[in-house]
Amino acid sequence: MNPLIPLLVVIPLAGAFLIMILGRFIRHFNKVLASLVLLILTIISFYFLFNTGDKISVYKVGGWEAVNSIPIGIYMVVDGFTAIVLCIINLIGFLSVFYSISYIARYTSEDYFYALFCLMIAGMNGVVASGDIFNIFVFLEISSISSYALVAFGVEKQQLEATFKYQVLGGLASFLILFGIGFLYWKTKTLNIADIRTVMVSAYDRKFYLMVEIMMLSGFGIKAAVIPFHAWLPDAHSSAPSPISAMLSGVFIKAVGIYVIIRLFFNMFVISEEMAILATTLGTLSMVVGVFLAIGQWDIKRLLAYHSISQMGYVIMSVGIGMILLSRGLRHEVAALAIAGGIFHLINHAAFKGLLFLNAGAIEYSTGTRDLREMGGLAKSMPVTSATSFAASMAISGIPPFNGFFSKLIIIFAAVMAHFYLLAALAAIVSIITLASFLKFQRYAFYNKDSGQKKETVIKEVPFPMVFSMIVLSIICLLLSLLAIPGIRDTFLTPAINILMDPSKYSTYIIGI
Amino acid sequence: MIVYWLCFILFLVGLYGVITRRNLIKIAISLSIMEFSTFLFFALVGYFEGGVAPIVDPADPVKLYVDPLPQALVLTAIVIGLATTSLLMAVIIRIYRKYGSLDIREIKNLRG
Repeated sequence: MNPLIPLLVVIPLAGAFLIMILGRFIRHFNKVLASLVLLILTIISFYFLFNTGDKISVYKVGGWEAVNSIPIGIYMVVDGFTAIVLCIINLIGFLSVFYSISYIARYTSEDYFYALFCLMIAGMNGVVASGDIFNIFVFLEISSISSYALVAFGVEKQQLEATFKYQVLGGLASFLILFGIGFLYWKTKTLNIADIRTVMVSAYDRKFYLMVEIMMLSGFGIKAAVIPFHAWLPDAHSSAPSPISAMLSGVFIKAVGIYVIIRLFFNMFVISEEMAILATTLGTLSMVVGVFLAIGQWDIKRLLAYHSISQMGYVIMSVGIGMILLSRGLRHEVAALAIAGGIFHLINHAAFKGLLFLNAGAIEYSTGTRDLREMGGLAKSMPVTSATSFAASMAISGIPPFNGFFSKLIIIFAAVMAHFYLLAALAAIVSIITLASFLKFQRYAFYNKDSGQKKETVIKEVPFPMVFSMIVLSIICLLLSLLAIPGIRDTFLTPAINILMDPSKYSTYIIGI
Repeated sequence: MIVYWLCFILFLVGLYGVITRRNLIKIAISLSIMEFSTFLFFALVGYFEGGVAPIVDPADPVKLYVDPLPQALVLTAIVIGLATTSLLMAVIIRIYRKYGSLDIREIKNLRG
């Protein structure tokens, strides 16, 4: 029993309620409390990251002990993989909230913004730390509902349309997931992920579980915006206020989409080759199609949103290659490398895509437009934004000193070593197209000469909180490259990979407690 | 068995509505239909012929009880469904105020 685990959910929930109750009486209470909440959560998650290692810590909600070694309570589980995703969520969340202090000041009803933000964080932490499949659904809905509301925060025509699309597709995803949970419960009579695994292995009904797997993959695939289910993402992510776009694109689709897909497929379902090939195909498809959809965009945030689809494709493709190798039961070290590449890219994407959306927000804040054709020459007037966005652009397109290079390199290496030469070539080509697309972004936004018309207002650099968040994130982009060094990788990435590679360890440990 | 199929058909009816209807309110209603078919499925998962409500009777301890867990899950899911539906309705009201229409063909600013 680790008493820190429920705090991950309790603190942001309490923060949200306190902001709504006390926010209207005390000035600046909302900003201070939200930043404080996220700061504490960041510290807790880094504590988990440094202390978890190969251990698995479990918290039983309500203190219900297992009866005849069958878990009956709700379990919250933190292992190596969880700790990594928790760090991403809370760190990016903290920087986004700090950034919002100046960004969101021009909207009305800031209290609602900060309260919904805390609720979204609570939901995501709950999804990630949950060891119970229905609990995942509940927290998924908490974070989804608050993200629907946050996408519509501007209540203009565009935001409302985007949030409607997002809600209809999100609702569809939730019902698919709920149906899948129903089927799982029907067959296994338990909801605990580890317990489902043991029951499933002891009496394996292949056709039935394949159907459930497809339901889960499509449900969480909609949440993760894998390509046939991506329709909502560009609208929702580009219409939301920029700190929220950074959260949705940098964290949300990973925490409630990719993380759950990886967790369920590696630790709960028995990996079957069909599903592995399906996941790899979907990943490759989103990688390629996403980048081609991105290249023609002129709205900065839509461009970034399409690139999110493409980069998530990298993660799913790489993890899928690992699944294919595991299902064939051969070459475990290559499978481990592929999974490591996927998780590494997931971490990196959170850093650079969060930063890029914050940059887009800063540009919008200063110039009042999101259209690349109306900008130009911002490098002089906004030096910090220009420098940080250059770092992020180079990171996402995979230029050496930045983190994106190393994760893409690992992914391509793993694909070559697994003899998927076509996938490796596609990954390299997509990376080049990404570079082209971001050079366009850099050129039009920062270096192109101003197109003649002089604006009356002088464009200034954004206020301190926004600058601070952007600088910290760009430093993180550089620091994350260190994860490629073997010694550091062993400390942080290897526990996560071990837990995914060995599902029996996960289930036996949790049931044994 | 037939009742499970009916439940699945109800889900498909909802899906059909979401895909083909053009009125925002009707889309919301179709989503609710899908939602309720899922809840119905959960209730069916726990039920079997001749089971009674799971209230332990000390006088007769060998009764066959239906599984109470899916019922608890459905209650939770209904509360979540209430929140999503009310948020969706609030958004639809706002959309109606901005666009003056509930027709999905007239609400298409975002594309590409």
